[in-house]
Amino acid sequence: MSVPLNYYIVLSMVLFALGIAGVTTRRNPILIFMSIELMLNAVNLSLIAFGRYLGDAGGQMLTIFVMAVAAAEVSVGLGILIAIFRTKDNVDVDVLNGLKG
Amino acid sequence: MTLQAILSGQGLMFLFFAAAAIASGLLVVILQNPLRAALSLVINLFSVAGLYLSLNAYFLATVQVIVYAGAIMVLFLFVIMLLNMGQANMHTSYRGVRTVAAFASAVGLGGLMSAVAIKGQPAVMLPAETMVNGSTAGSVEGVGKVLYNPSLPWLFAFEWTSFLLLVAVIGAVVLAGKRQQSSEGKA
Repeated sequence: MSVPLNYYIVLSMVLFALGIAGVTTRRNPILIFMSIELMLNAVNLSLIAFGRYLGDAGGQMLTIFVMAVAAAEVSVGLGILIAIFRTKDNVDVDVLNGLKG
Repeated sequence: MTLQAILSGQGLMFLFFAAAAIASGLLVVILQNPLRAALSLVINLFSVAGLYLSLNAYFLATVQVIVYAGAIMVLFLFVIMLLNMGQANMHTSYRGVRTVAAFASAVGLGGLMSAVAIKGQPAVMLPAETMVNGSTAGSVEGVGKVLYNPSLPWLFAFEWTSFLLLVAVIGAVVLAGKRQQSSEGKA
């Protein structure tokens, strides 16, 4: 009497869509990062669910690597954010248009 | 899923954590205060850890709590407080952009859903726990047996992950560290 795979996949999709909505509506880079974490978690959930379904431990291995990459991404991203804040005093992504041609 | 299955222990666990994950994920997207959004994300990460547990991924559930809810979220909260974003600078984008974004993500969700739900796929039941050399795949022992097995591809990726983390540490120190006096003008 366990929960079917379909439910995990649908839940993963809902969380991923929430992450997309966050990335597209938020103007604060930290909140954009958080929405990216939301999406990464949704993908991790589906990886583990599919791995369990296929009887393959590879899904869990991939999840470990996704976590490591997420940690690296956050540390570098927040470092960039602090560097921007030091020079611009503002981290609104609508204001940060220095790369515009 | 029949009513009997929903009311079983695992069904209730799934429903509880799924509802908590969706609710807190929604709060991450709509809350105005970055600190509150960060705390909602902590709840979301805990709920996803609970779902990992329901999928018998015990080690990853622990790692999720320690690494994500512990280390990464502390980093987020640290930067939010360092940049003093608790109150100001949190307006979301203009109404039109927000409508378009909500529409786009809804269309994306609908497209994904149609692949699984609308086609009337039957419920795919999960098999019994995966075993690796006599130990559960989700336990520390099982994860170690797969991750450190030289005949599988994961060991090579694991070694390079350590290099990636080293690069990230150096990059974070270089980016966020104090500039030297001599290069202050150029930077």
